[in-house]
Parts: sequence; C-alpha cells; structure tokens
Amino acid sequence: MKIAIMVNEGPYTHQATDSAYQFAKAAIAKGHEITRVFFYHDGVNNGTRLTVPPQDDRHIVNRWSEMGTQHNIDLVICIAAAQRRGLLDENEAKRQGKNADNIAPGFRISGLGQLVEAGIQSDRLVVFGD
Amino acid sequence: MLHIVNKSPFDTGSLASVLRVAKKDGGAVLLIEDGVYAAVKSSATEASLKAAGMPVYVLQADADARGLQSKLMEGVNMVDYGGFVDLVAGHDNVQSWL
Repeated sequence: MKIAIMVNEGPYTHQATDSAYQFAKAAIAKGHEITRVFFYHDGVNNGTRLTVPPQDDRHIVNRWSEMGTQHNIDLVICIAAAQRRGLLDENEAKRQGKNADNIAPGFRISGLGQLVEAGIQSDRLVVFGD
Repeated sequence: MLHIVNKSPFDTGSLASVLRVAKKDGGAVLLIEDGVYAAVKSSATEASLKAAGMPVYVLQADADARGLQSKLMEGVNMVDYGGFVDLVAGHDNVQSWL
C-alpha cells in the first residue's frame, strides 16, 4: 500500500516527528511504500543539516535523511514555511541573496501542491502534528 | 475511518469531539502520544471510552513511556507501531484530530 506522511512539528519540540518516523519505519518493515513525507509549519526544521544534537540523543534529521535515501522516499519541505524559518537550498539561497544554504541530504524544497499530489497518489495520508 | 487522537482529554476536547461525531460503524479510535491518558483506569474518561461504540486502540510504546503499562482500563486493545500501520491500512480513511 502507498502511504504518504505529513509532519507539522519540528524536531526536539514535540513527539510528532518521532511518532511519524517510527510509523514510517514500521510501515516499510511491513512492505508498504512510503511515497512522500511532507514537512509543513515547524516541521520544516526536520530538514536542516546544521542540526547538532548531543551524541547520546537521537539525530532526528539524519534519521530522516537516511530513511529517505535508503528507501527512496521523497522528503519535501514546504517552501513558504521554510523561507520564514531560514531553511534554504542552494537555489533559494542564490535567489534570495543569502550566503549559505542548509538543506539536509535527501530533502528538497517544494510547494503545497506536493502535499495535494501525495494525497491523491497515495492510498493513505497520515498526519502527525500538535 | 480511523480516528487518531494524540492529545490528553484533560488538555483538549479532541477525544470528546471524536466520540460525539464519529460514525461508529466501521470506525475505530487510536490513542497515541498524550492521547493515551484517556485510557487510564478509573479516569474521568473511562466511561466515555467504554461507551464509544467502536474499538479503542492504545499505542503501547506511548503508554509505556508514560508509565501506564499496568494502569490502563480493560477493553482497550494494545498495538505496537506495526499494529498502528495495520490499522491505517485496514481503514479506508485516517483522520488525525490535532
């Protein structure tokens, strides 16, 4: 079954992203396909590669990156939510005249249309948030 | 429809809304995160969950994390994340009551 996931909360602030990750992991283990994870609102903070948690804590950003790469999951960050919160990829940094970008590997920045498309093209859309 | 509730019933009215408006036929409630507090034995919400008229599931990991293993009411079904996935796959629609 094709399952899409929406994450509306940031890492280390709310359980939502942990719940979403554990759910995705279990779904993959059961042979389902996670088609896309759409990060919206504070959820976009799951996609900054500058995150440096203490060594004895889980690395939420890397965890998503690795899962996305391993299982070919499209990790999409909402562009409007990302720009407000200082998340830029190379193109956006250039376009906005910023001297750095910070998007983590496996993530890409796109628009809300990707959420709508995920809802249409997947059998289920599961939302995690506050 | 699978109704996912992640809020304590003592914080928000999410669970009360589900129990009020959800179509019982084919419906189910899954309590995750702080939503699991609704299933504590002898709590103010026990009676309303017993009268839900649809199956109630509790995510084991979230109940365990809150020390509620032995404190849950009878009649609720414990699931792990795999069981969570099965519930999502087994219902045509999923609604998170955020």
